[in-house]
Amino acid sequence: MNNKELLLDIKNLSISFFTPSGEVKAVNDVSYHMYDGEVLGIVGESGSGKSVSSYSIMGLISDPGKIVNGSIMFNNHQIDKMTEKELQKIRGKEVSIIFQDPMSSLNPVFTIGHQISEVLKLHTKLSNEEIKKRSIELLELVGMNEPVKRYSQYPHEFSGGMRQRAMIAMALACEPKMLIADEATTALDVTIQAQILELMVELKDKIGMSIIMITHDLGVVASMCEKLAVMYAGRIVEFGTVEDIFYNTKHQYTLGLLKSIPKINADEHERLIPIEGTPVDLLYPPEGCPFAPRCEKTMKICLTQMPGYTYLSDEHYSACWLLDKEKFEGEKGE
Amino acid sequence: MFQYIIKRLGYTLLTIVIISTITFFLMNLVPGGPFLSEKSPSPAVLEAMNEKYGLDKPLGVQYKNYMLKLAQGDLGISIKKKGRSVNDIIAEKFPVSAKVGGVAVGIAIFLGIPMGAVAALNRGKFLDNGLMFISTLGIAVPGFVVATSLMIIFGVKLRLLPTFGLSSPLHYILPALTLAFYPMSYMARLMRSSMLDVLGQDYIRTARAKGVSEFTMLFKHALRNAILPIITYLGPLLAYVLTGSFVVEKIFTIPGLGGEFISSITNRDYPLIMGTTIFLAAFLVLMNVLVDIMYKLVDPRIKLK
Ligand SMILES: Nc1ncnc2c1ncn2[C@@H]1O[C@H](COP(=O)(O)OP(=O)(O)O)[C@@H](O)[C@H]1O
Ligand SMILES: [Mg+2]
Repeated sequence: MNNKELLLDIKNLSISFFTPSGEVKAVNDVSYHMYDGEVLGIVGESGSGKSVSSYSIMGLISDPGKIVNGSIMFNNHQIDKMTEKELQKIRGKEVSIIFQDPMSSLNPVFTIGHQISEVLKLHTKLSNEEIKKRSIELLELVGMNEPVKRYSQYPHEFSGGMRQRAMIAMALACEPKMLIADEATTALDVTIQAQILELMVELKDKIGMSIIMITHDLGVVASMCEKLAVMYAGRIVEFGTVEDIFYNTKHQYTLGLLKSIPKINADEHERLIPIEGTPVDLLYPPEGCPFAPRCEKTMKICLTQMPGYTYLSDEHYSACWLLDKEKFEGEKGE
Repeated sequence: MFQYIIKRLGYTLLTIVIISTITFFLMNLVPGGPFLSEKSPSPAVLEAMNEKYGLDKPLGVQYKNYMLKLAQGDLGISIKKKGRSVNDIIAEKFPVSAKVGGVAVGIAIFLGIPMGAVAALNRGKFLDNGLMFISTLGIAVPGFVVATSLMIIFGVKLRLLPTFGLSSPLHYILPALTLAFYPMSYMARLMRSSMLDVLGQDYIRTARAKGVSEFTMLFKHALRNAILPIITYLGPLLAYVLTGSFVVEKIFTIPGLGGEFISSITNRDYPLIMGTTIFLAAFLVLMNVLVDIMYKLVDPRIKLK
């Protein structure tokens, strides 16, 4: 069906944090793959494992956290088997990341230029002058005026939007195969948010990289992404193309998320509909479907057994007992 | 920057004027005088002495005379040390204290900062607990206890180190260790909490995501930020340690400025009290200016005004 190269292949990934109060199962049995140049959105409420599952692609799971099961193949590297030293060669070069808060993500005591140059120094053999020249080009590329002046300024002299642009410049310095944008625009105000998203799409095409867009706001990513993974309690509960997710929604949690997108032409009085109930305690995850306690259509089986994936097409699948029920009833009716 | 330094020096002068004024009048409020001791001199002798040192004049006139001389950098003549000028005494004693103090500051910085950093990196582990136990001791145990303990262990029991005077480099070790123990412990704790704070910051995560080595992350990205609170503490530290400690100088019989300061007070040696107080105050203020400049060099967010 397509002859694109497989860039990322995550299989049955589970990650836990071994805290003093017990094992926090942050990511549970996550599998998905991405082809070269694709844009994948990962959505889900806070604490659903979006960040942890994505950081693991660069081997950035810090201390009490461990990959307890599964494998990550990225750009022909078996990430989960690599040493810290080997991972350092990939980070910033083949896969980069932009974090949520641009205010705190840049080191306050080094100039912007220094922080961009550092990536080039680490991963290329360019001379110092070439590195400086390239860093200034990068600042220009991300749309900064007066890049030469910006080069020697410090983060505190930048606005939030400009800092995020600097972060993007830093992330793209080595033209990585993959960019992870972890709520990269959440902390910015709406107009800046749109500009930054636009910039990322534009640069993606220029460099030819893939992007993982992490967000808790479905509205933001719809226009940018080709595929979406909906996460809940450390699991992918539904995966599919943007059309699948928006117009052929299969999981009750996805449905809830869609209802909570603010409508552009909404009335002042028309309220967002939040999903009722509290998120799962990952220290003591339930036996059955983690969403069951909050689901409007819970059945007996939902509380006792974890549903498997039902494939609606090659690229659209969801884990919900309702789908099995439909299938069963469909078969009966035939 | 230059403007800033000029301005701060101006403030320093003002501070000196205020401190000398307060000291001058407080000192004269304290009962007693330089010539009153067990065998009081006869009234005639007393009068002659008072006249010689200008103590017979009204306080206002004495104050005016002192300040005029001070303006020329003249701190007067010591009453108890026959014929020696206060400038002379400070010039002789300060370097002695500063040398011991300098070694102590060196020990405190080069042990305290790594101790704190190592403790932070091993948070909650045995090494962390051990280092924090030592630093708690350093903060809680008074100087004279540290001094006598060190003396007993290294001087008397092990006979490894001399405990008296400053006649060889070895002689510096025990007094410098005593002086360094508190600031080293304090800096270790400061560094530990600051390092823990910095290691949790987003920019450290950014550095890791760029692919920097563990070493670069710690010694470039984290240390430069974590060191800021230490620099603030450095001002008072330098001032107090370099100008000598009475206790340490007494115990190790070191002829330094700290001992001189205390004995000038018990002797009511008015010019020497004034001189040492003003010197200590000026030194403290200058160290703080130095620290502000250092701070500015490390943290670009600081604006010197
Ligand atoms: N260092 C950590 N120690 C313990 N638990 C952690 C740690 N980091 C993340 N977690 C847990 O992992 C889960 C998933 O976190 P995360 O991936 O950051 O969520 P998201 O990005 O979707 O908001 C959360 O429940 C969080 O409590
Ligand atoms: Mg997150």
